[in-house]
Amino acid sequence: MDLANKLRAQFGAFLSEPVEFRGEVTLKRADAERIAEVCGFAKKELAFDFLLDITSIDNYGEDPRWRIVYELYGLGHKCHLRLKTDVSEEKSELPTVSGVWRTADWHEREIFDLMGIRFRGHPDLRRIIMWEGYPYHPLRKDFPVTGKSSEVPGVAFSKTAPIEGGPFVTSPGDKDAIEREPRVRMPED
Amino acid sequence: MPNTAEIGYDPRLEADVVCTKLDAALNWFRQHSLWPMPMGLACCAIELMGTGASRFDISRFGMEVMRFSPRQSDVMIVAGTVTYKMATAVKRIYDQMAEPKWVIAMGACASTGGMYRSYAVLQGLDNIIPVDFYVAGCPPRPEALLDALMKLQKKVLKEPLLATLKKPGPALPAGGRGHLEPEVSNLKSAE
Repeated sequence: MDLANKLRAQFGAFLSEPVEFRGEVTLKRADAERIAEVCGFAKKELAFDFLLDITSIDNYGEDPRWRIVYELYGLGHKCHLRLKTDVSEEKSELPTVSGVWRTADWHEREIFDLMGIRFRGHPDLRRIIMWEGYPYHPLRKDFPVTGKSSEVPGVAFSKTAPIEGGPFVTSPGDKDAIEREPRVRMPED
Repeated sequence: MPNTAEIGYDPRLEADVVCTKLDAALNWFRQHSLWPMPMGLACCAIELMGTGASRFDISRFGMEVMRFSPRQSDVMIVAGTVTYKMATAVKRIYDQMAEPKWVIAMGACASTGGMYRSYAVLQGLDNIIPVDFYVAGCPPRPEALLDALMKLQKKVLKEPLLATLKKPGPALPAGGRGHLEPEVSNLKSAE
């Protein structure tokens, strides 16, 4: 919490009040353009020397659509810190932090691959999980889970998966296991 | 030195001579030295390892020589989820295997995509290569895999070997393999 306040003191205009919930401290920042600067300060001055994860959230139908979450940790002081920032869909771009923590390289490639958010200044922004030439970003909310067909001759192809009337939905509150098990349930049921 | 030999019926020889067709003899040799290519892609591979280990003992049937080189193996056991990204590698390894070759799709995922109705998973191995046997289960017990291999032995025994060897083309009749040959030829033409 102290460290979060120090970070806020440095970048007060851009960071929200630190929120503590169940021992986890979260800071939100409005302007994604200066995220690398904030992260650099957190690493150098506040000893957050370990980037646990970067993840992205698709708030489909809202503006701004993307939310990027940075999970910071200091091996010396054993404190966690979470940084959140929003990026609009039209922009879909923010500066890389791979210059701050080298591990951010692959995290950012994963976000680029599955969500389609670009990281400016990234040394090697290629797909990491899907193959080169795959035309979609499959973790977006508007991408069907069964997939779309695509074809890169000699590399890979994909087809829409048959789902036989699904998706299959569980019904947790029902009285016995037969009622609770995953079944085809239409929204009106 | 006597230069003569005994000519005529010798009852001692009778026990050592078997009359058969060359077809049947060659198939009999093949049947008892199926070298598997372990294409372990997911948790089914653990059961495949169990099949090869001492408790289930795959070598009772002459199939214990697992080769990781496609050029030395006869039967590819595809154990596990085949993703689209892996599918091309599986197809390529199948193409590298020398004829005659057979394929076993082990488990629900390799056979049909299993529970993965997903953008990333190939919905059945027979979309890319012909499959001889599908083993049900998630994952199948080692006994089930052994059963498929023994069924494959029976299939090998019935193959018209010499008749197809003399013809140009693949060493096995195309009609006898898998039911999705057209799909395969489509893929080839797409390449």
